[in-house]
Amino acid sequence: MTESLLVVDGISKSFRGLRAVSQASLVVPQGGIVSLIGPNGAGKTTCFNMVAGVFRPDEGSITFDGRRIEGLRPDQICHAGIGRTFQIVKPFKELTALENVIVGALRATSDVRQARRKAEAVLDQLGMTDKRNQPAAQLTLPERKRLEVARALATEPKLLLLDEVMAGLRPTETDQMVAVFRELNAKHGMTILLIEHVMRAVMALSQQVVVLHHGQVIASGAPEDVVRDPAVLECYLGEEVEA
Amino acid sequence: MISRLIDGVPRRALVLLGLLLAGLLVAPLVVDAYILSILILVLYFAYTGQAWNVMMGFAGQLSLGHSLYVGIAAYTAAALYVHFGIGPWAGVLPAIAISMAAGLVIGFLAFRFGISGVYFALLTIAFAEFTRVGFDHFAWVNGSGGFFLPVTQQAASDPLNLRGSPTMFYYILLAVTVLAFLFCRWLLTGRIGYYWLAIREEPEAAQTLGINVFRYKMIAVAISSGMTALSGVFFAFYYNNLFPEQIFSMSRSIELILGPIIGGVGSLFGPILGAFVLTALAEVVTEIMHALGYEIPGIKQVFYGICLLAVIIYLPHGIWPPLRKRLGLEDRS
Repeated sequence: MTESLLVVDGISKSFRGLRAVSQASLVVPQGGIVSLIGPNGAGKTTCFNMVAGVFRPDEGSITFDGRRIEGLRPDQICHAGIGRTFQIVKPFKELTALENVIVGALRATSDVRQARRKAEAVLDQLGMTDKRNQPAAQLTLPERKRLEVARALATEPKLLLLDEVMAGLRPTETDQMVAVFRELNAKHGMTILLIEHVMRAVMALSQQVVVLHHGQVIASGAPEDVVRDPAVLECYLGEEVEA
Repeated sequence: MISRLIDGVPRRALVLLGLLLAGLLVAPLVVDAYILSILILVLYFAYTGQAWNVMMGFAGQLSLGHSLYVGIAAYTAAALYVHFGIGPWAGVLPAIAISMAAGLVIGFLAFRFGISGVYFALLTIAFAEFTRVGFDHFAWVNGSGGFFLPVTQQAASDPLNLRGSPTMFYYILLAVTVLAFLFCRWLLTGRIGYYWLAIREEPEAAQTLGINVFRYKMIAVAISSGMTALSGVFFAFYYNNLFPEQIFSMSRSIELILGPIIGGVGSLFGPILGAFVLTALAEVVTEIMHALGYEIPGIKQVFYGICLLAVIIYLPHGIWPPLRKRLGLEDRS
């Protein structure tokens, strides 16, 4: 097996006694694409937010690129090499698409001209060059989702965290997004961890799927195996009734 | 560095700015004392509005207590001059330092504990208010009785001690305003400017992109309060009298921010345009009423109110952004 980039080991998080995540562990190999799935309220976003630095885990450890990162602030997580998108997009509305991405690109350089060139390249990569001078407030939802990805990519991450980036997209738009991530992964070796409800995307993208239910990992493995796992079917569809 | 200031600015905008500056440079030679006093007021509000704009327009932190920074800087420089004979050009440094320290204390308390938006604004009002009450009982600067700078009749201006004719005050203020404009342009086109705008728009997303939100908010407060301190020192030496009830009052804070709001919060030229529109037009309105034989107390305040209402309803981004578009003066990118 290849080297692992992200190792989440037994993390838990409770909110006022409600155990949202319990002893969850997962490993993202260098250059891999891993999906985190599960029914609503399974603790996916909480898990994700602990990796992204929004919450500190109550217990367990998160190791990224050989370094412990649990409890760091989101900006420190970004500097460590993790870029993320938000489920509910958060563009800088009054800024143009290009300016949005420049903010991300300024992570790696303090020179605005250099950041601008980098941002232009990233927008081009995501097929958004013609939108560069539009204020983010005027972009459509699929465009804003792309912009989230562009902004995160401009920070030059080693690992990309995608929080339901397909939600609200039409199937053709989903396929376009899938193509973008495939290319990023194949051409640039980008490692990706995504939370996703859209199974069309999960099946097309992931090399590995981790299923979370009631805050616990109940299955993990290749996508075709996981979707046949009885425990997974049960948590999504309910128990089969004996005839 | 120079190229960064004018990069992307249309030639037409540079020419117009040059003409405006030329006009302001020759103005004292052609206008009478009354108009000059109004121009001084315009520049005072343009500069102070610019300083406030760094915090609100760029970094998105609403301060309704900027009279605090004007006031403590004014008192610091004035007290140093009166009690120790330290001139304003030396006194301006401790004045800036004390204003900045006050800004940083307020910023630290607010940003460390996640206070933002309206609650932050309330905090800034509170600090200005209890400083006012404190100065009412501050015997060293004569409390609520007012603190006065000695006024001497002299033939020649003495710029080293900021004693002299309105024309001298005018040119000093003009230089400071121009420098502040360039400084803000420089800030806005750099990394810090992009970071501030990102924090203003979406702090959470900004942090995710590697921005230390706390640190950049603190820098914005420090720069804004430090710049505002200059207004205070100018105020002390121009008016020669300081009363806590006036200089720290809430209405002074509001007066300072009307210009940028009407001109365009977050834009560079907005505070300047706003100061011109408000101050100059308010005088014109007063003069017209006077010529028509009406003397209405408070007509200026009513006029401010009408301007503010009209701008909020019809031009929520202020006068300047739509005007800039109409004139074709937007940055090329």
